[in-house]
Amino acid sequence: MKQLWILFWTFAKMGVMTFGGGMAMLPILQREVVETKGWATEEELADYYALSQCTPGIIAVNVATFIGQKLGGVAGGIFATVGVVFPSVVIISILAGLIINFSHLAWVQNAFAGIQVCVCVLIANAVIKLLKKSVVDLWTAGIFLLVLAGSVFLNLSPVWFVIGAALAGILLKYLEARQA
Amino acid sequence: MIETYLKLYWEFFKTGLFAVGGGMATVPFLQNIGETTGWYTYGDLMNMLAVSESTPGPIGINMATYVGFTVAGIPGAVIATVGEITPSIVVILIIAAVLKSFRENVYVDRAFYGLRPASTGLIAGAGVTVILEILTAIQLMKPAAGEGILNRLALGSGAILNIRGLLLAAVLLVLTNWVKPTKGLHPIVFIGISAVAGVVFGFAGT
Repeated sequence: MKQLWILFWTFAKMGVMTFGGGMAMLPILQREVVETKGWATEEELADYYALSQCTPGIIAVNVATFIGQKLGGVAGGIFATVGVVFPSVVIISILAGLIINFSHLAWVQNAFAGIQVCVCVLIANAVIKLLKKSVVDLWTAGIFLLVLAGSVFLNLSPVWFVIGAALAGILLKYLEARQA
Repeated sequence: MIETYLKLYWEFFKTGLFAVGGGMATVPFLQNIGETTGWYTYGDLMNMLAVSESTPGPIGINMATYVGFTVAGIPGAVIATVGEITPSIVVILIIAAVLKSFRENVYVDRAFYGLRPASTGLIAGAGVTVILEILTAIQLMKPAAGEGILNRLALGSGAILNIRGLLLAAVLLVLTNWVKPTKGLHPIVFIGISAVAGVVFGFAGT
């Protein structure tokens, strides 16, 4: 039981220190989990990271579940994961409450109108970065364009595109393997 | 109230299960939730994304908490976050148990060949939608019930292009991609600059 709480607090601490998503968490995990606590080796952490990026869900959450379950089984996975999201729930709830109270002020509205432009640019930059990693040949370029056009012009849940693309990937690679 | 909680949990459970590739990959799902439930607008979602990028914690979790809070206060924040992490916990616990065979499974590998560009395509699609919404008067209209699944474009009121917004976007694009001293800076810096520009130049038009 004591170890479960240690897991919870260690991951809560890392949740507070992470600024800017799963990738920003890697150096903090290296220091805390590999060097200080010795809970996993550098190689194990690299494996967990690679798997967490290509499994569903938030990367930081997936890594936390991996390390937690290694140390404390199913309960360990749950404690580490709840730990890593705990600070977000507290901080965002407080902030969101404040913002809702001040959102009628003209300068707050102007500030957010400026910020919205910035978010457009941040999304565009994220797409440019992801394109380099995910579009590697003609087939992946085709999947990218089809999903982009489909998600803008069709009133469908993204779920269908995800399922379709996974099946397309299996089919395309299967045909490629058969030809070779 | 219970119905809202259940719906919130279910929507975020789906997001956690199908969004592959981290926080940004949840944006198209959150956009879809806003469209189908009417809980929040694109503009609201953009504000939430900006706050989530500027506060501690994983962006995807911050977004889930924020959306949940907007819909149903503190219980909503907890329910949305728990909904989003439930599939992760289940999936990762299963994978951890069969770690070696999962990594070497040819079907998993093949599925991800298709999933990676699709995830990028979904984020790009969300980007196009919000860029149209925020920087132009062009609107994407969802079909009414019984009108099929095709969206159509329409022109809203006001100027066709948001000139001040486009200028700011151009400056930010240059600063984040091509100017050496600024391009590695944390997004919070550019969010701060944009907030100041928004106040100084009266971006909301109020």
